[in-house]
Amino acid sequence: MTSSNTSATYAAKDFKSEVKPVWCPGCGDYAVLSSITKAFADLGLAPHQTSVVSGIGCSSRIPAYTNTYGFHSIHGRGLAVGQGLKLARPDLTVLVAGGDGDGFSIGGNHFLHACRRNVDLTYIVMDNRVYGMTKGQPSPTTESDWDASAMAPPGGTGMTPFHPLAIALAAGANFIARGFSGDPNGTAAIIAEAIRHPGFSFVAIMSPCVTFREEQREWKDTMRKTAIAATTDSAQAARRLMTDDGFNCGVLYRGNRVSYGKDKVASYQVSDLDAEFTL
Amino acid sequence: MCGSGGAGVMTAANMFLDAAAEAGFYALFGRSSGPQIRGGEAAALVRLGADPITSVDDTFDIMLAIDWQGVQRFAAELPLSKSTLIICDPEAGDVPDVYVKTGARIAHLRMKELAKAIPGGRPNMIALGAVAALIGFPIGPLTEVLGKSLKKKRADAFEASVAGVKAGAEAAASLGAAKKVSAPKAKGVKRWTITGNYGTGLGAIRGGVRFCAAYPITPATEVLEYLSSALPKVGGVFVQAEDELASVNMCIGASYGGEASITSTAGPGLSLMIEGLGLSMASETPVVVVDVQRVGPSTGIATKCEQSDLNIAVYGLHGDAPHLVVAPNSISDCIFTTQWGVYLAETLQSPCIVLSDQALGQSRGIIDAPADVAFVGKRLAAVAPAEGEVFKRYANTASGVSPMPIPGQAGCQYTADGLEHTETGTPSSQEADHSLQLDKRQRKLTSHDYGNHWATIEGEGDIAVITWGSCTGAAREAVERARADGVKAKLIALRLISPTQPEQMGEALKGVKKILVVEQSHLGQFTRYLRGEYDLPAKPEQLSRPGPLPMRPGEIHARLMSMGK
Repeated sequence: MTSSNTSATYAAKDFKSEVKPVWCPGCGDYAVLSSITKAFADLGLAPHQTSVVSGIGCSSRIPAYTNTYGFHSIHGRGLAVGQGLKLARPDLTVLVAGGDGDGFSIGGNHFLHACRRNVDLTYIVMDNRVYGMTKGQPSPTTESDWDASAMAPPGGTGMTPFHPLAIALAAGANFIARGFSGDPNGTAAIIAEAIRHPGFSFVAIMSPCVTFREEQREWKDTMRKTAIAATTDSAQAARRLMTDDGFNCGVLYRGNRVSYGKDKVASYQVSDLDAEFTL
Repeated sequence: MCGSGGAGVMTAANMFLDAAAEAGFYALFGRSSGPQIRGGEAAALVRLGADPITSVDDTFDIMLAIDWQGVQRFAAELPLSKSTLIICDPEAGDVPDVYVKTGARIAHLRMKELAKAIPGGRPNMIALGAVAALIGFPIGPLTEVLGKSLKKKRADAFEASVAGVKAGAEAAASLGAAKKVSAPKAKGVKRWTITGNYGTGLGAIRGGVRFCAAYPITPATEVLEYLSSALPKVGGVFVQAEDELASVNMCIGASYGGEASITSTAGPGLSLMIEGLGLSMASETPVVVVDVQRVGPSTGIATKCEQSDLNIAVYGLHGDAPHLVVAPNSISDCIFTTQWGVYLAETLQSPCIVLSDQALGQSRGIIDAPADVAFVGKRLAAVAPAEGEVFKRYANTASGVSPMPIPGQAGCQYTADGLEHTETGTPSSQEADHSLQLDKRQRKLTSHDYGNHWATIEGEGDIAVITWGSCTGAAREAVERARADGVKAKLIALRLISPTQPEQMGEALKGVKKILVVEQSHLGQFTRYLRGEYDLPAKPEQLSRPGPLPMRPGEIHARLMSMGK
């Protein structure tokens, strides 16, 4: 994480761009954008020393709505781009963001290995349990019997929903939390803590899709905003997740793994490399 | 030299090559092995000479078999003739029919028995000594190399090896005569020994690469093997990624951060990286992908060479996506072309595919020390716009290259995007923006001056041999032989595959009446590419055949002779 700028301080609005989001009215992602920019400002970061990287999908549109160094990459690959950026530029604050389809389906393998690798960055998944951009297909986190969309098979997919937090824990993520777009201040605090925490920090943010999952409007009543108390004990975190109903918010787990990557130190001149081949 | 796994064929051949380099020879050393993960039969294919060697020959003067286990598998790769001398151990059983039928002379050398007489002796050292003595190779450099590799660690092994080499050399007298190697000439330039894949890694670093994310794949793994240890030494970063999708996208992320980045792969991995290359192209974030071509399609033949990834490299991206494709044409050129590729990618903010191949990548050569050319990638720097103005990352400049800031630079924040965009990078579905950006991205490639590096051109003649990659060495030798036989031909080996260079090609083909295209592809991908992309003065004759067997000078020479009639 970059220390705060010395010459100026920035407000949340300084992290927002002039580009108008493509999101539907009522989409949870507006609030997540506000939480992210608030977290950046609260941490005293500077827009030009901060980077937001994403894949493809509704929520992945987010980099262009920030005034940071953004990268709207390709479907499922935001984490790969973000890890490469952070490893090349450890001085930057890197935040990777995307949706549940992007992160857990097409990008599922990168998610597993990003948890294992533990590069010092923050990964935010705006989870609405549906593919919004393609108009309503079930995603990996969709309930197995959900068939309210014409795009879903009758009776639902029959597939067990992906449990992002449990999988993150099992795969070795160093910080695991759940937020809710309906609680922007609480979510901003979680994101700020995730950015501060060394290693790979994973924040799942429940962010309703009011267009294709209208029933998610009820989340404002069902989400428990401060239900989880953080633990540093992965076994305890695992037990909690076994009885988790998906509505508990807060920081679940803080690990103490050392971040991936070594300091970049040049001990050779490029021409020194020739010696290996010279007779 | 061949034998079963553990016979020490590769060890002996590597020592031989080191000694040859020490003595001032040039050499080319290719390897072949069975499908086993470890062990299994192995063949070390060595060509030695007093002049630079960039091609395999038509046949072998000596075949030395330490044993015959599995060695019949190599028959197609080991063309022998009546003038070949087969040296084998009578204890190892009969010479397989396939080799007997060649009419080669067979001589017996009791390697096992001779080795047994030396405490700690090994048959491969007997073999090494015998071959050296037969061809008139000096024993001094051999013992010197043995000393370098063994003396410090194990004095007893060193003594046993030296005794073995001597015993082999003495026994060689009973084997009859063999072709002698010409004495080495005085060294004008320092010599190196290097494989093409290591050369690719070195060229990348020389060009400014400081980041590599890669996934292991045969026959490209040595590129990552080299970079994983060399990059940290020069302050760079190496990551083994979870797959090729991650490799290329990590490189794109690192490149966005300002570090020149490279990944290496082979055909199956290139297939996966294509979506990333599209992102690199559309977002104008440079990245270099090395494809060490192997036999395709699909998993194909992983350990053998073919030039059949040309189509995917040039035409594989969806959309109108012009990009750079370059191809080295010798082991030494793997260093230069990769370095140049990095320079071009960085300068033009484009993906660059370096199409190497297995024969270049995995062969080890003794070469003249390559010059360190001045190509180091440098991006067009950005200047922050006036207060209140939005930085135009994709500004429509005359050259087509737009200023590219590095994160951390205040006032130049932008969002890189694979979505079509305006000059500021804001997503756009407008026809005008699409046309403007398409023109800009094409213009930066076509208006760049690539100098004379676009091709290696040698000689003059009515006939032009147009080739690329590892076929170049064989074509060069064929052209030289044809010239000696009175048929004058010119060699054109394309280094810059994309974008095409119509003016330069027109110039190179002035006065040419006939064209022979030489390539290792069943479909004739290179011929089709040439005919589709260039106005050729004549319909080319084609020498297009697939791998896994290498193109040899003799077959090209034969075609040239019939064309020259």
